[in-house]
Amino acid sequence: MDAIILQILNGLDKGSAYALIALGLTLIFGTLGVVNFAHGALFMIGAFCAVTLQRILSLSHEVVDETRTDFLGNPMKVDVPYVYDWFGEAAGQAIINWSVPLAILFSIPVMILVGISMERGLIKHFYKRPHADQILVTFGLAIVLQEIVKAFYGANPIPTPAPAAFTGSFDFGVLLGFDPFTIIYPYWRLIYFVFAMVIIAGVFAFLQFTTFGMVVRAGMADRETVGLLGINIDKRFTLMFAIAACVAGVAGVMYAPIVAPNYHMGMDFLVLSFVVVVVGGMGSLPGAVLAGFLLGILQSFASMTAVLDVLPGINQIIIYLAAIIVLLTRPRGLMGRKGVMEE
Amino acid sequence: MVDQTTDTLPQRPAASRPAKTGFLGLKGSDATLLIVVAILTMCAPFLLNPFPETSSLAQFNAGYPDLMQRFVIFGIFAIGFNILFGLTGYLSFGHAAFLGVGSYAAIWTMKLVTLNIIPAIILGMIVAGLFAVLVGYVSLRRSGIYFSILTLAFAQMSYALAYSVLTPITGGETGLQIKPTDRPILSNLQDGEIGRANLFGLDMRSSFELDMGGWLFTFNIGYYIAAVVMLISFYVAIRIFRSPFGMMLRAVKSNQQRMSYTGLSPKPYTLAAFVISGMYAGLAGGLMVAMDTQVGPERMFWTASGEVVLMVILGGVGTLIGPVLGAGMIKYMENILSKINDNVLHQWFAFMPDGIEDFLVTVIHPFIGKGWHLTLGIVFMAVVIFLPGGLVELGQRIGRLFGFGKKADDSAAAKTPAE
Repeated sequence: MDAIILQILNGLDKGSAYALIALGLTLIFGTLGVVNFAHGALFMIGAFCAVTLQRILSLSHEVVDETRTDFLGNPMKVDVPYVYDWFGEAAGQAIINWSVPLAILFSIPVMILVGISMERGLIKHFYKRPHADQILVTFGLAIVLQEIVKAFYGANPIPTPAPAAFTGSFDFGVLLGFDPFTIIYPYWRLIYFVFAMVIIAGVFAFLQFTTFGMVVRAGMADRETVGLLGINIDKRFTLMFAIAACVAGVAGVMYAPIVAPNYHMGMDFLVLSFVVVVVGGMGSLPGAVLAGFLLGILQSFASMTAVLDVLPGINQIIIYLAAIIVLLTRPRGLMGRKGVMEE
Repeated sequence: MVDQTTDTLPQRPAASRPAKTGFLGLKGSDATLLIVVAILTMCAPFLLNPFPETSSLAQFNAGYPDLMQRFVIFGIFAIGFNILFGLTGYLSFGHAAFLGVGSYAAIWTMKLVTLNIIPAIILGMIVAGLFAVLVGYVSLRRSGIYFSILTLAFAQMSYALAYSVLTPITGGETGLQIKPTDRPILSNLQDGEIGRANLFGLDMRSSFELDMGGWLFTFNIGYYIAAVVMLISFYVAIRIFRSPFGMMLRAVKSNQQRMSYTGLSPKPYTLAAFVISGMYAGLAGGLMVAMDTQVGPERMFWTASGEVVLMVILGGVGTLIGPVLGAGMIKYMENILSKINDNVLHQWFAFMPDGIEDFLVTVIHPFIGKGWHLTLGIVFMAVVIFLPGGLVELGQRIGRLFGFGKKADDSAAAKTPAE
């Protein structure tokens, strides 16, 4: 029992990342009808926003500290971050410590800018072209974006620690009445899951309860009619693209402490997220979220030693296997709507 | 397009017979194309070494055997991929799996049976073809993005399995090489001798060098064998493109519904195209093993599948020569661009004032060396945005610009319009 709970928990954080990326992909597909292969790159840019902010905040200058001496007896030179000078030492330390959550604020304008310039500059010209062309041009864009990041940050993963307050693990076992240390789960992953749920709920609420969201939903159902009613649907869809980019971006920011960002993390997640979207049903937002969590949990179950003893290597292929089975038995995916992406 | 298909059906003999008069049953322009490609590949050691060894431009030479072999082998891979994607419009994102499976089959043949490359290549083709039947049968039940994802899923599964569970067969991370302990039953090797791939005694790696006034030309046996195989597969591809079967595949691309209304099921045609292109990939994989006698699972990774898509798009989808051009261009860029470094750039711009020189080097730096993928990505995006027909379309446009409009139209008819 405790092993099962542990695996569900383990699946949640990966599932959250899949769900967030898949949600953005589905938003873009549902509104603009574009298959965006560069969406993983947006996730990666988000993660690098966290890296960048941490670096900016840690920018420092040398100060001669008279009270300490080095081994030759000269006064020691100490690197002091600029934030210490501005906010005092305690506050400065806290700011650097909390740079990952702060990076969310930093990443939102960046992602909106990236999203809007991507949509207006490139994707706009591909609405009328076949899906294959859209896949190809965004695939090219993904290569370009990840190579630019590689040129600036190098090819090695850059560790980006979470705030010190969240470094430990939470003992679920005690809470649920099991022995201590049977079910332990890192705090940050728990936060990531909660954060993902908040974002997902936010997106759904935005679409469900605001006028803007209502128009967008109407546009997803029948773009032409909404246009005929005198609503500038293109402008709203551009904004939806920016929102989808933001979702991917903040998902990347918060994921940075879990896996050290490297330039190809976007592509690694993208391939799986596409599988998630297709399993969930192209164009279905609840389907994308559901499939994201299901596949995340499925993957962590397949990594259990008990399962691996029976079916070696199953953890490597389980997601693809599930995708194949779902696509062949339920061609529209778990919650796909009729008439979406059917030739 | 579909109307033509329906029309061609009853008159198939009348329509296709007169075309089979020219060289090897090809009509005029195709025969010319084949002969041009044949001359180019046969003279490649000369053509790819345009700069003397001593000149500073010698690094643009691509005449060394390893690179030339890759040109033609990836050419075969891309030609095969184009039969599927160019004709039927099904975008497979998992074709590298067939290349990998073909490679593994070939290396096991060489390890166990004989070091002669012919059985290895043929077995590679057959095994890849069988695997393609399986994958194609399942994947082709869906179309569009679903098909792409299904093929991707199969390829990633093959990669993951080759990497982990199937290690006894695939060698896992280290892959497979021919080892001194391998005793192929049909090749009598002496004790401790490491087997080398050969064709009836001709060693793949032996080459003949010609040193002529500052130029060094290398004629490699392996390259010529691969080039001959490439020419044969190019010829087969032309025949497929021009056959009624090729016409059916185009009908699948343009409108499946109308095709079924005329009483033809698209399924067998698409599956046949899928298997043929899978066999081309297996052939390329077998040849790769014949050249360097090693395999690793990274050959099946999805980036490898993405690469062949890039090649075909870059060259020109649905054209005959496009895939070969695209494969050549990407492999050339990979090798040559990644060799250029800052020192070389400083040499080139040495004639400029220091400030400008440093500035130019800094600007170009991200695009060369390890950053060659950036250049590739930009070129690829530019091609998809501005030249959906790839390099072939570029050639036609330039041709038209200089007033060869009529000539260009002839080959334009050969390619399937993008939409």
